[in-house]
Formats: sequence, C-alpha cells, structure tokens
Amino acid sequence: MATYAAPRIAASIVLAKTALQQVIDNLRAQQFKVLGPVRADSAIVLDEIEHISQLPIGWTAQQRPGGYRLVQTGGGEYFGSALGPHSWKQFLHPPRVDVLVSRKTENGWSFEPAADEPQLQAFLGVRACDLQAIQLLDRVFLDSYTDPHYAKRRQRLFIIAVNCNSPAATCFCQSMHAGPKAETDYDLAITELPDTFLVHIGSEAGSEILHGVPWQPATAFDLGRATQMMQRAQSQFQKAVQTDNLPHILFEHLEDSRWDEIGMRCLSCGNCTMVCPTCFCNTMEDHITLDGQTGTRTRIWDSCFVMDFSHMHAGNSRPTTRSRYRQWLTHKFASWKDQFGSLGCVGCGRCTTWCPVGIDITDEVRALRGLEAK
Amino acid sequence: MSLATNAPSLPFEPLLPRPAVVQSIRTEAYGISTFSLAFTEPEMAAAYRFKPGQFNMLHIPGCGEVAISIASDPAKPDVLEHTIRYAGSVTRAIGRLKVGDVIGLRGPYGSSWPLEQCTGKDLLIVTGGIGMAPLRPVILSVMQHREQYGRVLLLYGGRTPQDLLYTEEFERWQQGGIEVHVSVDRADESWKGQVGVIPMNFYRIRLEAKKTAVLTCGPEIMMRFVIYEAMARRIPKELIFVSMERNMKCAVGFCGHCQYGGTFTCKQGPIYNFKAIEPFFGKEEF
Repeated sequence: MATYAAPRIAASIVLAKTALQQVIDNLRAQQFKVLGPVRADSAIVLDEIEHISQLPIGWTAQQRPGGYRLVQTGGGEYFGSALGPHSWKQFLHPPRVDVLVSRKTENGWSFEPAADEPQLQAFLGVRACDLQAIQLLDRVFLDSYTDPHYAKRRQRLFIIAVNCNSPAATCFCQSMHAGPKAETDYDLAITELPDTFLVHIGSEAGSEILHGVPWQPATAFDLGRATQMMQRAQSQFQKAVQTDNLPHILFEHLEDSRWDEIGMRCLSCGNCTMVCPTCFCNTMEDHITLDGQTGTRTRIWDSCFVMDFSHMHAGNSRPTTRSRYRQWLTHKFASWKDQFGSLGCVGCGRCTTWCPVGIDITDEVRALRGLEAK
Repeated sequence: MSLATNAPSLPFEPLLPRPAVVQSIRTEAYGISTFSLAFTEPEMAAAYRFKPGQFNMLHIPGCGEVAISIASDPAKPDVLEHTIRYAGSVTRAIGRLKVGDVIGLRGPYGSSWPLEQCTGKDLLIVTGGIGMAPLRPVILSVMQHREQYGRVLLLYGGRTPQDLLYTEEFERWQQGGIEVHVSVDRADESWKGQVGVIPMNFYRIRLEAKKTAVLTCGPEIMMRFVIYEAMARRIPKELIFVSMERNMKCAVGFCGHCQYGGTFTCKQGPIYNFKAIEPFFGKEEF
C-alpha cells in the first residue's frame, strides 16, 4: 500500500513514473521554475517544464563526433536521451547578466551592483557528469572570491539527478570518474527502471518535496534491477581518457607538432566552449544611456577561441588557432588541476558531438599521450 | 527547507568599484601620464592598503575597465598614483579625464614584490619602459627602510630619452641610496647617458650572486634576456621575480582571461617567482 509520509534522507523509494508530475507540481507550488529536457529544434534542450508530457519520452539522440540525430527508441523511457547541446551552466552562470550600474551624480558617479534576484530553480534530469560540472563551477565562483550572481542561483537550486542508463557514443564520464551514477550533491536521484522510478533521497528538501506523493519503499528486487541497469550502462562506454599523470604529460609537450596538426583542423569557432558544462570564461560589455547618465556592465560568456580573448596593448598572446586550441585542451586536462585541484573535464562528450569538424577530444588526448611513449 | 547544495555566504561584491576622484594628472612622457586618485568615500580611503606590485581595476562607465598597477608609495595609501599609457579604448578614455573627475576603482589585487623575503639582500631592479611603474613602490618603500637591504641597483631603460618615466625623481632616488643606471635604446643629441638595450647594462655592474634578488618588469622579451643575464651570473631562480601581464576582465579569477599555465595572473600573479613559471615562461603563444 502506498505510504504518504515524507521518506527519510538516504532512503530509496519507488514511484510510479506518472508520480513525477506531482513532484513537478510540488516544486512549482513552492515557486520553483522546473527546468528539464525537452525536444526542440531537432535536439534535446533544457527548458521550463510544467508537465511530464514535455519530457522527450521515447526519444534518444544518436551522437558521434560532429553529429547528433534524434531517433525514437520505440520504448517509453522518460530519460532515455543522453546529453544535448545545453548544459545547466546557463542557469547558474547566465550567458548575460548585469553586474554593475553606474549613475551620474552631482559629484561624479555612484556605483551599485545590478539588481539580481534570480528565482528558485529546480533542475530535473541532471546527469552525473553535469552534477560534477556544477561542483567544478562551485570551485571557480565560490572558493576564493564569491561571485554573488552564481552564489544566489546556487543557493536557490533544487537538483533531481538521473543516473544515466544510456551513455552516448561520445560519452566518457566513466573514465573521468564523473559518472554514470550520481553520487553526491543532489536532492533526489532517479534511476529509471522499465516501469517505475527508483528514487534516492539526497536531502531534507528532497524528502519534503515528496509530500503527498504516493511512494513505496524500494525492494531488494528494485535495487538489484537498478544495479544491473548501472552495470549495463558502465559497459556501454565507447570512449575514454586516460587521466593518470596527464597534466605533466601535456605540459611536457607544449611545443609538439601535434598542436599544429590540430590547429589545421580546428575552426576556432568556440562551439566546444559554449556547450562545455565547465567552461566558465566570460568578458564584460559596457553600455551607457544616450544621455550619458546611466552605465551598465554586463557579464557575457566568452571563449578562449575568440581572437580578442588574450588581446593586450602589445598584441595578442595567442594569435593562432593552434595556440588557442592548446590553451583550451591544456586548461581542461592540465592547468585546471593547479587552479582548482582536479581536472576540468567531466567526460560529457558535448565538445566532440558539437564540433563542426568532429574533433574528438579523447582522440586528441590519446595522441598527445602517445608522444610520451615515443 | 534546506537544499543539498552547500549554501555559500554572500560577502562583499567582488566586481563593484568605488568612486575615486582624480586629484592630479602629471604628464610623464608622450602618451603617458600619472593619475593620482583618491576614494571619495572616507571609509574606503581609511580601509584601503596595498603592497608594492599590486594593481587596481579602473572603471570608466560605459567604456570599460582596465588593470593598472599602483605606482605610488604604499605608506601613503590615501592617494593612489597610476601611471598609464594611452593604448586602448579605456586608457584613452582615462586620458581624457580632468582633475576633479570621478571614476570607479576597485582593488588592490594580485601578488606583490617579496620585499620581506628580500631583507638583508642586494636588490637588482631591472625595468623597461612603463614597466618602471609597478617597481616605483618598491623603490619608495626601500628608501624608507634602506638599512634593511644591501646594495639596491636600478637598471632602467627606455626606447628614447623622451620615453623615460619619473626622470625628475632619479636624483632623489640616488640620494636615498639607490644606484640608478639609466639607458636608452636610441639616443638623440640631448642624451649624455648610456645607449643600448637593458640587459646590456648587466655588463656595467658587479653583483654578488649569492645575495642578490632580481625584480624585473617590462616587455616579456626584455625579461627573458634579464633572466638569461641573471642566471649567467648564477643568481638562483628562487631569487628572480618577474611581473607578468595578461588580458584581464575581472581581477578575481572568474573571467579566465589572464590564465597563465596553472595560475591566474590576477591571483597568483602578476608578480611571480621565476622558478614557479619557468616551464611556461617564453613559450611561444602560451
């Protein structure tokens, strides 16, 4: 029989799939904007969800380097599609956010932080890799100095993780120790079983949001099936990055001709940095009203592939595509470790899927590692 | 209700400048002036302290923000001097300011010259062009605590005699116990001093390698040769300090622009111990 009391933290429970609607309703009733995967523009993107029918039920995406195609699975999986071009960073580190307002006064200028009161957000369907990406962004924006814009969004966040049953052909989270199972820092974590959701309660908020939702304790059979699904997912990975000693190897080979060769293929378009869930680089844009009385600074996403990115008075410190690609790859797999204590890649594979010329980052790392063997 | 996320606290606004008034403008050379700025808010003026080598972010509303090292005496933090060459859109806008104008200022940011670590040592300061600006606070500090250091030498070079900064102060620096060696790349008939690129000045001085610390700031190509000359004289890498420059947008490690290997020039830099950045220093297009 269904029980209606709130489940304990760390408990595993079973929900009917349609009960997810009640979870969404409860979140919306508490003023959360629920964001999750929807099908739009021939891709699975992240957008507001009011009803579970908006989820890409029965759809998945076939992915390859430089390729992405939606296909129907013939099944009824709610979370059968792996990652699309969107990552959650757009909701925590918005592509545009006003940071400063300057007002002309009698005595010159006054400066104040731009108004920024983001609404409560609930992320539905966060994969383990993207969960780890959020933890990496926390290091960037919260650790030494605290970015108020990121911090406010992070404080007002509810996370429903989904353990990944269906890694794409470009995925390699397993080798980056970032998945496919969500381990920590979620409010609820879903494992999609054929007919039900197995839900792990990760926090008090996760427990409370299930108020009034019919659930049953998970049985050993449910847990066993979930373990099987995870094992099956773990066996499906086609790509991997060997991470041991990688920062050292890359820094030792900064002048190798492999970089010239990648520079010939790379278009320097910056797609990889836009779809990357951990790429955080940004720049500032300044506006002023026509009367010259009010100035606004806006922080916008930037990319290390943009020519101006490293511009100084004496010129550009990375004028070639070769040097910009090297900056990007060594940042993810080498310098990030010095900066923030871990590698900056979570193995989501987006950069590979969305590269217009199909540069596969795992191939490049393998080739650069191969130099070590020479 | 409490979310699973680690709730971060919300401290001060790291991207928020405070108003500062231009107190005076001194022309140093063609296209280079020193702007003395003072916070208009008394509590900011009272709280602000900086160390030699640190920098501020100067903001012109509607135009942009630029990282400028502080060129004045750290013992007088109430007036902050910034020596600025008009090179880009923001520095040109600063160049149009008049005394009494207000701009935005936030800082100080970044690492500083290791003056505590250098006590008891000889100091060799090698600068080129506007690279003199971030080392002027060192000279002004050292003169106040002259007894804490051995010999203090300044090798300073400019392209032409007209490009040299702070020329009217050289005599005072000499009197303050600084051995000032000035050279220019190209001389004219007015110039009575040395001619040649800065590293050439190494041949005019004698150093005690074991007790000399090198502090250098200038174009990267100049610093490369300074390091070469210093190492040729067996000055240990641990005692060579360089000031690096990279594009900067935020100065607090958020924007990613100033990455230099595993560091952010705004946080671990701009002053680096050479040994720490040796693997990257001089790497082409790095």
